[in-house]
Amino acid sequence: MALPQSAYKDREFLAVIGDEDSVTGILLAGVGHVTDPPDSQKNYLVVDAKTEDATIESAFDQFTKQRKDIAILLINQHIADRIRHRVDNYNEAFPSLLEIPSKDHPYDPEKDSVMKRVKKLFGE
Amino acid sequence: MSGKDREPVFPTRQSLGAMKSKLKGAQTGHDLLKRKSEALTKRFRDITKRIDDAKRKMGRVMQIAAFSLAEVTYAVGNNSIGYQITESVRQARFRVRTKQENVSGVFLPQFESFQAEGVASDFGMTGLGKGGQQVQRCRETYTRAVETLVELASLQTAFVILDEVIKVVNRRVNAIEHVIIPRTENTIKYINSELDELDREEFFRLKKVKGVKERAQAQEEEERKKKLASLKESNKENDVSEEPVESNTNVLGDEGDEDVIF
Repeated sequence: MALPQSAYKDREFLAVIGDEDSVTGILLAGVGHVTDPPDSQKNYLVVDAKTEDATIESAFDQFTKQRKDIAILLINQHIADRIRHRVDNYNEAFPSLLEIPSKDHPYDPEKDSVMKRVKKLFGE
Repeated sequence: MSGKDREPVFPTRQSLGAMKSKLKGAQTGHDLLKRKSEALTKRFRDITKRIDDAKRKMGRVMQIAAFSLAEVTYAVGNNSIGYQITESVRQARFRVRTKQENVSGVFLPQFESFQAEGVASDFGMTGLGKGGQQVQRCRETYTRAVETLVELASLQTAFVILDEVIKVVNRRVNAIEHVIIPRTENTIKYINSELDELDREEFFRLKKVKGVKERAQAQEEEERKKKLASLKESNKENDVSEEPVESNTNVLGDEGDEDVIF
């Protein structure tokens, strides 16, 4: 099953959905990108306690389905938990979805949707 | 007929040949696919193990990175740093490009991070007042962390694709093993039995024809014999009838003679 090259040729950015600290840090590495106006789109979303789940979901959809220039989507694990059903049902190869730990929430391999599959395959 | 499940073919020698070559092809394909599936599974297990390790490593790396960010906030002294950074973003310097790697016919993408040329850093002014050193160090730490994440992402993409491909290949292997091969074998069996049946019918028919012919011949012979016999009989009868006429005449002649004498 060779994917056509068009499926990932233009994908060269990373996208982030996370709390302020994680997003700040990752943007500091030079990941952030804002597309040219008029429809300037950011490739990151800062989530805090006031952000609604619907906003996160729409950002998730935008990064995974609409935008064709994102190769990897990084999402904080505790935010992934808030839209867990979407994350668990997502199994496309592109963009690749990665759950990352945040400062306040240490990484828990039990919750990660990919790690769950890994565990299942090892029969644990 | 033999076998509940077979292909709709006419039981001819030609289709028997076709079925036999199909069976052979299916067996070869099954062997090859099985080997492919094994190779992929081996690779898959390898990747799974690496993902497991990399995810744990990521946990540690992100922790260190978060700590260095905390240092920055402390050094800068106010909470506006995050805001400053998120608002000064213009263009990505850190990008990824995708390469392909071929594992027994499956293309696995691999992400490779690189720094885009000619894109100035958006954070040239960040931390200019104080904490510039910390900001610099934090940037390096996070760059390394994101590189780890990119590595992990390519592993994970490979994992997702391989998972899919292995499922497809295994489904094919099972379909060939449990559906196509038995069905082809059934068809071959059916054709063979049908051909045998035809052979037996043909043999029986020949026997029948021969029997009929023999009987007809025998009857003819009998009739011929009868005819011959009756012909002989009639010949004899003719002889017999002629003789009495002779004797009669003789007798008559004799009598006439005697009559004449009296």
